[in-house]
Amino acid sequence: MTGRIRRGNLDLVLEPGETALEGLLRGGAAVPSSCRAGACQACMLRAVSGDPGPLAQQGLAPALREQGWFLSCMSRPTGELVIEEGPPPAIGASIAAVTEIGPAIVRVRLEPDEDLSYRPGQYVQLIQGDQVRAYSLASSPAEGRALELHVRVHRQGRMSRWLAAAEPGTRVGLRGPAGACFYTEGRPEQPLLLVGTGTGLAPLRGIVHDARRRGHTGPIALIHGARDAAGFYLVDELKGMVDGPGNFRYVRCAMSGEPSEELEIGDLTQVTLRLFPSLKGWRVFLCGSPDRVNALKKQCFLRGAGLKDISADAFLTAEMPPPVRARARGA
Amino acid sequence: MTSLYDELGGAVAIDAAVDIFYRKVMADELLAPFFDDVDMERQAAKQKAFLTMVTGGPAHYTGRDMRRAHAHLVAEGIGDAHFDAVVGHLAGTLKELGVTDDKIARVGALAESVRNDVLNRDPAV
Repeated sequence: MTGRIRRGNLDLVLEPGETALEGLLRGGAAVPSSCRAGACQACMLRAVSGDPGPLAQQGLAPALREQGWFLSCMSRPTGELVIEEGPPPAIGASIAAVTEIGPAIVRVRLEPDEDLSYRPGQYVQLIQGDQVRAYSLASSPAEGRALELHVRVHRQGRMSRWLAAAEPGTRVGLRGPAGACFYTEGRPEQPLLLVGTGTGLAPLRGIVHDARRRGHTGPIALIHGARDAAGFYLVDELKGMVDGPGNFRYVRCAMSGEPSEELEIGDLTQVTLRLFPSLKGWRVFLCGSPDRVNALKKQCFLRGAGLKDISADAFLTAEMPPPVRARARGA
Repeated sequence: MTSLYDELGGAVAIDAAVDIFYRKVMADELLAPFFDDVDMERQAAKQKAFLTMVTGGPAHYTGRDMRRAHAHLVAEGIGDAHFDAVVGHLAGTLKELGVTDDKIARVGALAESVRNDVLNRDPAV
């Protein structure tokens, strides 16, 4: 049987291969979306009745699944699916400060209207008008109510350019938290390896602070990868942590440039494996571009890390709006 | 007779076995291309189902399921060599976990019973 979706006044039959999200957009519904790959949760909707399909609820918290929430970009219903109208609940927040902290990277501090219960390393959806984007939290609830995001400003990024130019006091919406890339207690002596590219440093910074605050005693190693030496940020803070208490190692890895005592040059995966040839018994956190994260995940597993001991968060970039000419032709 | 699945310790032990087995398969140049799924959790779930079945645990596969699940791999060229390699890694995994040779032989026989279905062959051939 072909899938059929109903939402408010909308009632349409899905075309073969079409997702619920695509159907809703075709029918004129205003549903936010970003990665369209089941990761960012921007397109989350609630089913009132019907089955959204097996992939549509993967990765959602059990409580959300029970209430019928599903990811419309991954939903290919085979029967009738009735979807609740209206967006998922969000909380309001004010932008407190926007600071440039690296090349095309800004730190956005947010003051949410109410406390957000989250684990450092998780992410939130930021809502501005009809745009929704997922950003990892670099802050920790232990530091106070304020939230910190590291945002890469893309040349054509609608949300990131808007954020970079936002005045203090500007209002946004927040949804979340989501994601399973965070420190878990129970094995304080277990060595930790954290590897990230670009703003993948944001969740990793949060995870390192969280692990130390929760009394982690085992060694912690953080490798930050960037294209060149100019691409690193938070360098002083992280170097300061190396000199502080505990067993913390901080490595910067650039794809090109002059190697030095402080800087590894080469492919991030190769450098990681050279520095950490055996990862049996390690807990591994990987954040950043999907190709790097996926390559590292596989290699860390082959080097002995258990699959359940590897937490990976691949940052997907939002789909670009279609070029003006193509859109005009379609209209 | 209790199954090896229960003797090993059920689902928890199978989780440990999946990591070892999957790692062996991915490190095998003959097999890696067929197991190189970006979604490693999904691939591991398949391995778990396989290990559960060949150790006599609660699995509900029919020959038809096996044929359908592997049809695209047969089209891509898997054959007896691949099947033998998988069974070899399975035996190696169990040996690493301290399973005795006679029990490994039992698992091997269970695996052997699905060879024709996996390779989408007529049983008489």
